[in-house]
Amino acid sequence: MTTTTDVPTRALKVWQGINQALVEEMERDERVVLVGEDVGRPGGPYGVTRGLRDKFGDLRVRDTPISEQVLVGLGVGGAAVGLRPVIEIMFFDFAMIAMDQIVNQAAKFRYFSGHDLPLVIRTMAGAGGPNGAQHSQNFEAWYSAVPGLKVVMPSQAADTKGLLKSAIRDDDPVLFIETLGLYTTRHDVPQVDEYLVPIGVADIKREGSDLTVVATGRLVDRSLEAAAQLAEEGISVEVVDPRTLQPLDTEAITASIRKTGRLVVAQEATAQYSFASEICALAVEECLSELKAPPVRVASPFVNVPTPVPLAESRAPGVDDVVAAIRKAMA
Amino acid sequence: MGTTAGRYRVMRLSRRFEETMHDQFGDGQVPGPLHLSIGQEAVAVGGCAGLRTSDAVISTHRGHHHCLAKGARPDRMMAELLGRTAGYSGGRGGSMHISIPDIGLIGTNGIVGAGLPIATGCAYGFQAQARDDVAVCFFGEGATGTGAFYEAINIAALWKLPLVFVCENNQIVELTPQEVHVAGELWRRGESHGMPGVRVDGNDVDAVADAVGAAVVRARAGDGPTLVEAVTYRWFGHYAGDRAAWRVEEEVQQWRERDPLIRTRAALPAEQADAIDEGIEELIGSALAFAQQSPVAGPEAIFPNHYASAS
Ligand SMILES: Cc1ncc(C[n+]2csc(CCOP(=O)(O)OP(=O)(O)O)c2C)c(N)n1
Repeated sequence: MTTTTDVPTRALKVWQGINQALVEEMERDERVVLVGEDVGRPGGPYGVTRGLRDKFGDLRVRDTPISEQVLVGLGVGGAAVGLRPVIEIMFFDFAMIAMDQIVNQAAKFRYFSGHDLPLVIRTMAGAGGPNGAQHSQNFEAWYSAVPGLKVVMPSQAADTKGLLKSAIRDDDPVLFIETLGLYTTRHDVPQVDEYLVPIGVADIKREGSDLTVVATGRLVDRSLEAAAQLAEEGISVEVVDPRTLQPLDTEAITASIRKTGRLVVAQEATAQYSFASEICALAVEECLSELKAPPVRVASPFVNVPTPVPLAESRAPGVDDVVAAIRKAMA
Repeated sequence: MGTTAGRYRVMRLSRRFEETMHDQFGDGQVPGPLHLSIGQEAVAVGGCAGLRTSDAVISTHRGHHHCLAKGARPDRMMAELLGRTAGYSGGRGGSMHISIPDIGLIGTNGIVGAGLPIATGCAYGFQAQARDDVAVCFFGEGATGTGAFYEAINIAALWKLPLVFVCENNQIVELTPQEVHVAGELWRRGESHGMPGVRVDGNDVDAVADAVGAAVVRARAGDGPTLVEAVTYRWFGHYAGDRAAWRVEEEVQQWRERDPLIRTRAALPAEQADAIDEGIEELIGSALAFAQQSPVAGPEAIFPNHYASAS
C-alpha cells in the first residue's frame, strides 16, 4: 500500500477524488483548462466536474458542441501553444470518433516535433448504469498499444486523485480512464497538500504468498473481496493494481508472480487481445520456470454490454468469478 | 514578406526547394513520398505574409511552401526529406511530418482534414491565454469533405476564435477532379455560421496577402474567424512520380501560363529580381550541401522522442 498510517485520511468517493484533483491543479496552474461536453454548467452527466465552472469561469471550463474530433483537437492544438488541457470524452465509446486525433495526432506530436504535448484525455469506461452497448465499453488495451500515449486506469479514490494530478503535470499525452462502476465507491484519501501518485508504478493492494491477482478497474475491489474470503480457508492472495497500463510496471508485476508462482488476471474488458492477455504473455515470457500452474483470465464474456442493469451486471465478472479462478489456479 | 520583393523571394525559394527535391526524388534520394505544391506558392506566401513567429500555421500533406513561408530552414527541411539526421524529425518523418512549434509551424499532416481540429485548438489556446496571436489553417478542397471541417467552422464561429481558414483550392483532389468531391461553393461554407467568406485568385500573392491579412487583423481584434478560398492549380500529379495522365494537357498549360512567380517577378525591376534569384540559388545550393553532408538516419534513429522521460 502506498498510504502510510500516520497521514490523516478521509473517505472520498472516486468522483470526488477527480473533482479535487481538477480543482487543485487548476488553482495551482492557470494553464490547466477543462474542456468537454457538459463539463461546465451541469458538471458532467455524473456530476464529476460540478462547481468548477463557477470557480474558474467558462473560458477555462469550456462546454463544447458535440464535436469529438475537434474536442480532442482543442487539446492537441491548445497544448501545442502553451495550455495544459484536460479534455473530457464523456463515454469511452465516443473516443472512437476522435481516434485520429488521439492516435495519429496527439500520440505522434513529440515523435515528429520533439516537443512536449501536456494533454490529459479523461474518459469513463465500463458498465455500471443502464447505458447499453454503446456507452459501456472497455477499450483500454487498444490505446495501450499506441507508442507515444500513456494510459492510466486507477481503481480507488486516492490513486485516482493522485494519478490525475500527476497526469496533468505530465508532459506527454495521457489517456486517463475512469471506471463508471466505481464513481461512487468510497476509499480513504490522504489529506496532504500534494498528494501525487506516480505514473507507471503498480500498487500491491494486498500482500499474499500463494497466488497473484493482477486486477484493474472494478475488479480490484472484487479481487480484494475474493482474497479476504479465501484467507479464511488459508489461501494467501496478493492483489496487484497496475494503476497505469502504459507504461506498465512490469517489474512489480513479475516480482509478485515470481514470489507466488500463480497468476490470475481480472478485468472488466473481454479477454481476447486484452490487458489480461498481455499480463499472461509477460508471465510466460519472464516467469515460466516459477509458474506452478497456467495463468487464468477473469473477464467479461465476448458479447456486447446489455442495457438493463441486472443483465449488464451479470456480464461483468464478480467476486465469485475471481474466487473460482483462484481455486482453479490453486488446484 | 510585406514587400513584393520579399514575397517573390519566398515564392522563389519554395519553387526552387521543390524542384531540387523533385530532382533528388528522381535520383532515388528521397526515401518517402513527395507532394509538390509547385504552382501554389502564392497561397502559402500570401497567407503567411501578415503573420508573426508566435502565430500558428497548420499545414497539410502538401506543405513545403507553408513551412518555408512560416520561416522553416530549407537546409533542415531538405535533410528531413532526404532522411538525414539533421532533419527536423531526425530524418525519420519525411515530408508529411514536419512540425516546428518554436516557429509556430504546428505541423504538416499525413491525415487529410486532421489539421482543422488542431488549428481550432491553437486558436482556443490563444483565446484562453488572452494572447493576440492567430492561427492560420491551410487545407485542400478535398479536406472539406471531412466531418472535422464542419465541426471546426462551427466551433470557431461559435467561440469567435482567432482563426483563419485558408482553403487552398488546387482543383484536384488526389487523383480525381474537384467535381467528384465538392458540392456548391466552398467560400460560402461559413455563411450560415455567420462567418465571412471570400474567394481570391490564389495565383496572385498580393490578393491572397490582402484577403488573409484582413482576416488576420479581424481575428487578432477578437472578431472571429474567416474563410478564405484561394483558387490555384497544382502543376504536377498528386505525388512525385504520378504522371497525372488523366489530366487534359491544355488545362495544365493554361495554368502554367498563370504562374504566380512570373506575375510577381514582373512587378519587380529586372535587376532586383535577378539578384533575388541568384541569392536563392546560393541558398538552395548550400542547403542541399548541408543535407547531403548530414548522416543518413540509421536504425537507431527510430527510438528517441516517444515520451518525455526517454527522449
Ligand atoms: C483521412 C485521409 N483520407 C485519405 C487520404 C489519402 N489522400 C492523401 S492526399 C488526398 C487528397 C487530398 O486532397 P486535397 O485536400 O484537395 O489536397 P491536394 O492533394 O489536392 O493538394 C487523399 C485522398 C489521407 N491522407 N487521409
